[in-house]
Amino acid sequence: MIPNQSWSLFFGLLAALILTTCLGPEAKAETAPSVHIDNFTFTPQEITITRGTTLTWVNDDDIPHAIAATNKAFRSKAMDTEQKFSFTFTEPGTYEYFCSLHPHMQGKVIVKE
Amino acid sequence: MTIKDDNERQRKVLLDRREALTCMTWAGTGLLWAMNGGAPLTKGLIGDAYAAPAPKEFTFVQISDSHIGFNKPANPDAMGTLKEAIAKIKALPVQPAFMIHTGDISHLSKDEEFDNADQLIKEAGLPVFYVPGEHDVIDDGRGQSYRTRYGKNAHGSGWHSFDYNGVHYIGLVNVMDLKAGGLGNLGDEQLTWLEKDVSSLSSSTPLVVFAHIPLWTVYPEWGWGTNDAAKALSTLKRFGSLTVLNGHIHQIMQKVEGNAVFHTARSTAFPQPAPGTASSPGPMKVPAGELRNYLGIASVSFVANSKPLAIMDAALSANPAL
Repeated sequence: MIPNQSWSLFFGLLAALILTTCLGPEAKAETAPSVHIDNFTFTPQEITITRGTTLTWVNDDDIPHAIAATNKAFRSKAMDTEQKFSFTFTEPGTYEYFCSLHPHMQGKVIVKE
Repeated sequence: MTIKDDNERQRKVLLDRREALTCMTWAGTGLLWAMNGGAPLTKGLIGDAYAAPAPKEFTFVQISDSHIGFNKPANPDAMGTLKEAIAKIKALPVQPAFMIHTGDISHLSKDEEFDNADQLIKEAGLPVFYVPGEHDVIDDGRGQSYRTRYGKNAHGSGWHSFDYNGVHYIGLVNVMDLKAGGLGNLGDEQLTWLEKDVSSLSSSTPLVVFAHIPLWTVYPEWGWGTNDAAKALSTLKRFGSLTVLNGHIHQIMQKVEGNAVFHTARSTAFPQPAPGTASSPGPMKVPAGELRNYLGIASVSFVANSKPLAIMDAALSANPAL
């Protein structure tokens, strides 16, 4: 009986591990889409999200950056390394944005219904 | 023209190039760098500038991009290198009349960063004239902190002018209200002020214009230029001597166009890559022992009756001081 119990425990743990590994990142990505800034570049440069989603920009660069929508819908303070800025998109549409410190850096958010 | 003439001319060109390369070697060691009306510096001018200074000669010094608050691997001690730059200024054999700082005094526009910069810069014991860089206007008040400290006698977001010994100096601000995909920006209000500022000056008055982002298009892919600089330069084109001093790109660049000499200074904090040589203009990491070859100050000499102003860049590593 003891070996059987051990096997059950083993398979149980294995199943839990597989579930965590497979579902974890996907579930995370759905709830918290993000744009990373590094090397003076937004990645992804274009992102599509659904209405009501909160998008977070994360500055991974060793220089401060700031986010500004071309249509002025949103604007962040300067973000130093590792700092973040979030904005919740309640209206569908295409939002072009740039770095207000380095305006050659540009990105786009597409918000769908 | 005979073949012999051609050969003669070619030899002369080569010689001139060799002379120019000699100067470039000096530049590489950070000792001396100068220019004269579009041609590389000749020995004659070095002689003129050093051996026989005119009675009215004076110098001022430019520092730039001290980025106090920056602490990343490209230079974990931006305070230390600014301190070295100030020591270099104090060691100049002829003390400059004043100092200009072409922006990015701070890294994040924080009060303690400005305080720390001020503490070090005042050690030089010189009057200092500032223009802001984009790093100096990222506080909540979009430059309020900068303007309270450095803009008391300035207009708008911090532009101003002054006269010293027959030369008219104009500090311009091109880091505000930057547009998507664009370059530096002066704006109509400042351009109108500029027209008025120079309207009563004689065209023979030498002008020195300083601003943070280059007023000539160095590399638009990295935003290294100013959208409406052409309008400003058009206002200034009647002047016989125009020297334009900028920072922002953390390296020496020069261009001569007509009567205008454009020059960018090194940073006192960290170097940036040459245009197009890296995927981005981010801080360039160099071996620790070489950092001071890439940082430095610029000294500008005005010699009465000599049209171009001589600009000499000294690396922090250069020894002895200029």
